[in-house]
Amino acid sequence: MTSPTAHRPTTANSPPAPVVRDPNYNFGYLDESTKRMLRRALLKAVAIPGYQVPFGGREMPLPYGWGTGGIQVTASILGPDDVLKVIDQGSDDTTNAVNIRRFFARVAGVATTTRTREATIIQSRHRIPESPLREGQIMVFQVPIPEPLRWLEPSEAETRTMHALAEYGGMHVKLYEDIAQHGRIATTYDYPVIVNGRYMMRPSPIPKFDNPKLDMSPALMLFGAGREKRVYAVPPYTRVESLDFDDHPFAVEQWDAACALCGARDSYLDEIILDDRGTRQHVCSDTEYCTERQLAAQGGKP
Amino acid sequence: MTAARPLLSARTLTRTWDGVHGCRDVSFDLYPGEVLCIVGESGSGKSTLLQALSWQTPPESGSVWYDTREHGFVDLAILDDAQRRLLARTDWGYVYQHARDGLRMHVSAGANVAERLMAVGGRHYGQLRSSASHWLQRMEIDPIRLDDAPSSFSGGMQQRLQIARNLVTHPRLVFMDEPTASLDVSVQARLLDLLRGLVSDLGLAAIVVTHDLAVARLLAHRTLVMRAGQVVEAGLTDQILDDPQHAYTQLLVSSILQH
Repeated sequence: MTSPTAHRPTTANSPPAPVVRDPNYNFGYLDESTKRMLRRALLKAVAIPGYQVPFGGREMPLPYGWGTGGIQVTASILGPDDVLKVIDQGSDDTTNAVNIRRFFARVAGVATTTRTREATIIQSRHRIPESPLREGQIMVFQVPIPEPLRWLEPSEAETRTMHALAEYGGMHVKLYEDIAQHGRIATTYDYPVIVNGRYMMRPSPIPKFDNPKLDMSPALMLFGAGREKRVYAVPPYTRVESLDFDDHPFAVEQWDAACALCGARDSYLDEIILDDRGTRQHVCSDTEYCTERQLAAQGGKP
Repeated sequence: MTAARPLLSARTLTRTWDGVHGCRDVSFDLYPGEVLCIVGESGSGKSTLLQALSWQTPPESGSVWYDTREHGFVDLAILDDAQRRLLARTDWGYVYQHARDGLRMHVSAGANVAERLMAVGGRHYGQLRSSASHWLQRMEIDPIRLDDAPSSFSGGMQQRLQIARNLVTHPRLVFMDEPTASLDVSVQARLLDLLRGLVSDLGLAAIVVTHDLAVARLLAHRTLVMRAGQVVEAGLTDQILDDPQHAYTQLLVSSILQH
């Protein structure tokens, strides 16, 4: 992460191993009836924004917590003409992102990319890309714990009743506690939101910096939780409000520094420690955004 | 104490767990501002009756009527779940024997007290905090403890905090299940004193389940004596304790140490 070269997309700095479609797998790994079941669940999720729809989760060839929910959603919506981008911690070149991209190249033969603008499906866990999304794109989120009320109430029957009756007052207890202990709302990721003025939703562990990108987004947002076997969705152009208090309004993270590589002040920055003496620098968490800005600054075409 | 209309009425209320144990055929009226004690030995159906009255477990037969603010005097059975749950967290309070059943032990005292206000739409942190502080003071807890977790409180303080948490929405009726049973004697006396003051200051009605006749003597206007799921005697507390009619009540009263 210390040199600009490390920030280039994988395809640019390592010879890409040729990935060919493996004909022994059905298109997208899952069988057709499973994909249809998932699509039905997703249609229901889109019809009721923010509502958690159960589905019959399948065993996937990777452990729970590595994105089994997101992979199943992606597998069920993928078509032969789709272009897939996978990001992990904002980066296109981490192990998880590289392997999920390779997985779909192998079992579906689809084109993959690191460019947000070229992608039709973007699977992610921690970030929404900095480049604005457009109509027709689909974000797929990998969700660890789908139930926003779980910390408040261990019983599933009770949380479902609370959703049915829109009894969400208790969620503010957590924010109250933050302000009481830290002087401000200290929740920084997985920040609870109300979707379309109705359902309380967990936006997967994205930083609250990305919450405003959910609001009225032109892209479709799909969320898949593999362990808990739930999908939910935010359709395009849907209102997504972050919880707050009248006298402590919602605010996103801010940094004193600019990105050390591309100079961006408007993107989400990671703090990187460079040596044993504690030297540190801030760099963009979205590697694709950062690389494009660097290339543009050098006068090259992005 | 008598108003024109009761606050709550039970009519031939029955709730059994196995056809035998529980409470059977209980009828009474509770008027606004009145404190009713339900006494009886363990297993006599006191707690079951309290759960059925507060609709935590719906009755098998009979009815519970309540003078709601929005819909007037209605049979609780005709309200839907959402209306009953709203009633339970605004116009009612429920105090458990063990404070940890009624508190969130991992969030601060202030958040515990303010929770009900947030549940009905309180969204101003400063106002929530000053209400919480006010209620702690009212329950004789130093407001400096506002941000401390209830687990750092003594048993008596936890019980007072639980009561504060219930009273913050100004309920008109509080259900209490053995509120003093798990406290030592001196703490019990202080809590009873505080409760008696609150009930008369706020005009609260209360239904208190206890096996301790001293609690009934101190708090209650009227008392129901239960045995084997049925009410065997009902009336003014002093009358019942000083001139018990039913053989079982006589036994209960005579079992208290006389000074």
